Amino acid sequence: MIDHNLSSVGLTRTEPAPAPRHEPEAPENTPTNPTGTWGRFALICVPYVWLLLFFLIPFVIVAMVSLDEVTVAVPPYLPVIEWGRGVAGLWEAVQHWSLSNYVRLVEEALYWQAYLSSLRIAFLSTLLTVLVGFPIAYGMARAPRSWQPILVMMVILPFWTSFLIRAYAWIGILRTDGLLNQALLSVGLINEPLFLLNTSGAVYVGIIYTYLPFMVLPLYSALERLDTTLTEAAEDLGCPPWKTFWYVTVPLAKPGLIAGCLLVFIPVMGEFIIPDLLGGSSTQMIGQTLWVEFFSHRDWPIASAITIVLLAVLIIPILLFQRHETRRSEEET
Amino acid sequence: MKKPLGPVRRAFSPWDNPSEQPFIEFCNVTKRFGRVVAVDDLSLKIYEREFHALLGGSGCGKTTLIRMLAGFEVPSEGQIYLQGQDLSGVPPYKRPMNMMFQSYALFPHMSVTKNIAFGLEMDGLPSREIKDRVYDMLALVRLEGFAKRRPHQLTDGQRQRVALARSLAKRPKVLLLDEPLAALEKKLREETQLELINLQEQLKITFLIVTHDQEEAMTVADRISLMHMGKIMQNATPGEIYEQPNSRFVAEFLGDINVLDGQISKKQDDEVQLYSSVLGDHLDVHYPTPAEVGDHAALAIRPEKMRISLDKPEQTDINAIRGEVWDIAYMGDVSIYHVKVAETETLRAIVANTTRLVQRPITWEDQVWLSWDSDAGVILLA
Amino acid sequence: MLSRPSWFNITSLVVGFSFLYLPIVILIVFSFNDAQLATVWSGFSTRWYGGMLQNEQLMQAVWITLRIGLTSATLATVLGTLAALVLARQGRFFGRSLFSGMIYAPLVMPEVILGLSLVLLFVAMDQNQGFWTIMIAHTTFSMCYVTVIVQSRLSEFDRSLEEAAMDLGCPPVRTFFHITLPQILPGILAGWMLAFTLSLNDLVIASFNAGPETTTLPMRIYGQVKLGGTPEINAISTILILLMTVGVILASVLTKRQRLKRMEEERLAAAHL
Repeated sequence: MIDHNLSSVGLTRTEPAPAPRHEPEAPENTPTNPTGTWGRFALICVPYVWLLLFFLIPFVIVAMVSLDEVTVAVPPYLPVIEWGRGVAGLWEAVQHWSLSNYVRLVEEALYWQAYLSSLRIAFLSTLLTVLVGFPIAYGMARAPRSWQPILVMMVILPFWTSFLIRAYAWIGILRTDGLLNQALLSVGLINEPLFLLNTSGAVYVGIIYTYLPFMVLPLYSALERLDTTLTEAAEDLGCPPWKTFWYVTVPLAKPGLIAGCLLVFIPVMGEFIIPDLLGGSSTQMIGQTLWVEFFSHRDWPIASAITIVLLAVLIIPILLFQRHETRRSEEET
Repeated sequence: MKKPLGPVRRAFSPWDNPSEQPFIEFCNVTKRFGRVVAVDDLSLKIYEREFHALLGGSGCGKTTLIRMLAGFEVPSEGQIYLQGQDLSGVPPYKRPMNMMFQSYALFPHMSVTKNIAFGLEMDGLPSREIKDRVYDMLALVRLEGFAKRRPHQLTDGQRQRVALARSLAKRPKVLLLDEPLAALEKKLREETQLELINLQEQLKITFLIVTHDQEEAMTVADRISLMHMGKIMQNATPGEIYEQPNSRFVAEFLGDINVLDGQISKKQDDEVQLYSSVLGDHLDVHYPTPAEVGDHAALAIRPEKMRISLDKPEQTDINAIRGEVWDIAYMGDVSIYHVKVAETETLRAIVANTTRLVQRPITWEDQVWLSWDSDAGVILLA
Repeated sequence: MLSRPSWFNITSLVVGFSFLYLPIVILIVFSFNDAQLATVWSGFSTRWYGGMLQNEQLMQAVWITLRIGLTSATLATVLGTLAALVLARQGRFFGRSLFSGMIYAPLVMPEVILGLSLVLLFVAMDQNQGFWTIMIAHTTFSMCYVTVIVQSRLSEFDRSLEEAAMDLGCPPVRTFFHITLPQILPGILAGWMLAFTLSLNDLVIASFNAGPETTTLPMRIYGQVKLGGTPEINAISTILILLMTVGVILASVLTKRQRLKRMEEERLAAAHL
């Protein structure tokens, strides 16, 4: 139910408005934060409007441009909506819209193969990150209490370093004359340098490396909260350690596991830097395709179409992530 | 209606005077949180200089009630008046009452002095006066030496006193205390209860305390409102609420009580006879009740009003029933005897351990007599 | 947890952290390499640091990046704190789930999507790309991180402090500045630091929204790396890494010292009644 005084500004109250209002000027406060209506309205509006303008509306424009045609002009798409002519200008543009870009995405193997390879890489690297990250998170949660803050910081620290630098660090290791090959050669494990850089293996290593903190931190915070007496109780009841791990530890770490997987899977789907620097031409992820279309071919409409389809693929994981975050923040409060 | 000094607190009873105006009045106040009704059509009058306690278990609505008075929650329905003035629309920072929070809510980034001065500074008092008042307050709660400390540098008891000083510094018309002593250990809590009583008598302001601790409510309050599920079950002085509970809920909430179900078999003025089918016996009760012959009712007797003996009491004008000692709980100062008087009924009797005997004369499986005077029990309506 | 660390746990920690840190350590070591070639050690030298300082293009990029970082971090901190207050304190309102959705989505949204969508907005608005467009783009995605940090700080802190202030006659806005702000300040500062770092590190979103005159540091580094990389890049990367590390460690040491001091004082208070 919408309170009459608030409906004018588009805000509803926390609860249904009580039927009889004895005071004509009853306070419009939230029950717990007695700021005035206008203060509350302004407080909500400033960040809200910012996000609407710079986060939500851009997607509408992307959707519109994805229906346009590419052209050699500034901006490189047609038709450009002439907002100055109002509805007529919009109508004229709408008549020129077509789904031809989306048809290209389906018909040309370059595009749909890029989506598929992104999905494969995102899925596999999420799995690998779990396999690498779980033992680390588990080890951290089982480390002596006094070490734990330091370990947490050591996981967070790389997060503050840019992906670009971290991917660059791997180039020096993986290239044919790089450190890994030098080491293997000097030990005598190999006779001639391996071709490591610009392979899909390098992309996986790079992704696991850069996204590991995103997996370890939520896993750790779930495992750290886990009461040791629970595993002790399970063992006391006759459950061998590996079964305890599987039946007690893993289910209780599930929220962290899900959060970690979403935090890795979603951004990796659109990853550009790592496949570009470490995969070279051996991998074609959709982020690279988009980059090339936008910067090299200046085909903004197809880049927009790629974005819209990518969003459509990611919308379910993103909604899952939002629900997870909202629930977490509500639990905190 | 001057409140007399000293311990004679009974003489203060403005609620018995129909011409007395209430200081605070809740009029049919309801508070809903979504679908949950926290306070349900509640009315309550509190008088000037009264020490009133809202007593109840968690979720009974007592905290919601005090928070509505302070202005942190807006009633869904009904009004709250202070000295006849409607408080709706008055924000918390403009209400002439102050609250002492359960968590104390001392500002961690301010010293004790700054905390106490906070409300006075908000009122824009001249700094000289603020200084004097803060000093008075520190003296009042005996914390003169701690003025410069930060809250985390104090013990629980000291923090509690700073919180008290802070809420009294503005000389509010009403002091609201939300579980003020819950964080203190038992001994300190009991001392502080007495200090609160003295403080209230000294300052002559109205206190409203929220507590789940019945002993605390009984100790400090002039009157207690016992709350349950958003309603007031009984509003009376501690003596009345303990000795003359108006319902089974109130009787069982406060202290321990034996309840025997039965039917009124005879009634003449206040002399009532109740037939208990479990005991197969008629019990005499001297208690004013609206119940009529044939009505279902219950007899409630506090265990400390029960006597226990090996032989049948000689008096004939008292109630006496036979039973077997089923269990004895030795508590040091008293022992509680659980006496099985019928297959499905066990009654409890409390006996003060007045002698230093390790071996008590009555022990497990003894056949004993339980007896009580006819005016020891209370008739509760079904 | 009190159980003794098992060999498995120790091994996984050692291997895991080596994996996380070894590449960075190697990168730092090779910034002091004398040779032009980034991978063959030929003696200690700091000449690449000198070269880096004389590289005018690089220094220009540093200056632009810092300006963008400082402004966008500050703006993002203000907006993000407001958004955190909305989420933590304003209960339900019309469009709340959309609002929280717009806060959480950018945390995982691929950067190419954010970058492309914003540049199309700016082009549609007929805005020339440059300082302002990058600044706004960075503000938009980093404010969401600030919100998450400040919100969790807000939810930790005792609501009754605000109520106590109001109860003592302090109006809401004043309560925010007197009571709430000092309490959530560490969260706000951490949020600022993160926003600044995100802006400093960002390549993708900046590339989309940059104009011809606004090549940021990551864009320069990317260009060099694509050409094969030089020890100069190692040098500037080392400096960035060290700056971040020092910043993060300093911040956490300061908060930890404060907490320890507080705990000590609490212990003393309990001891001398």
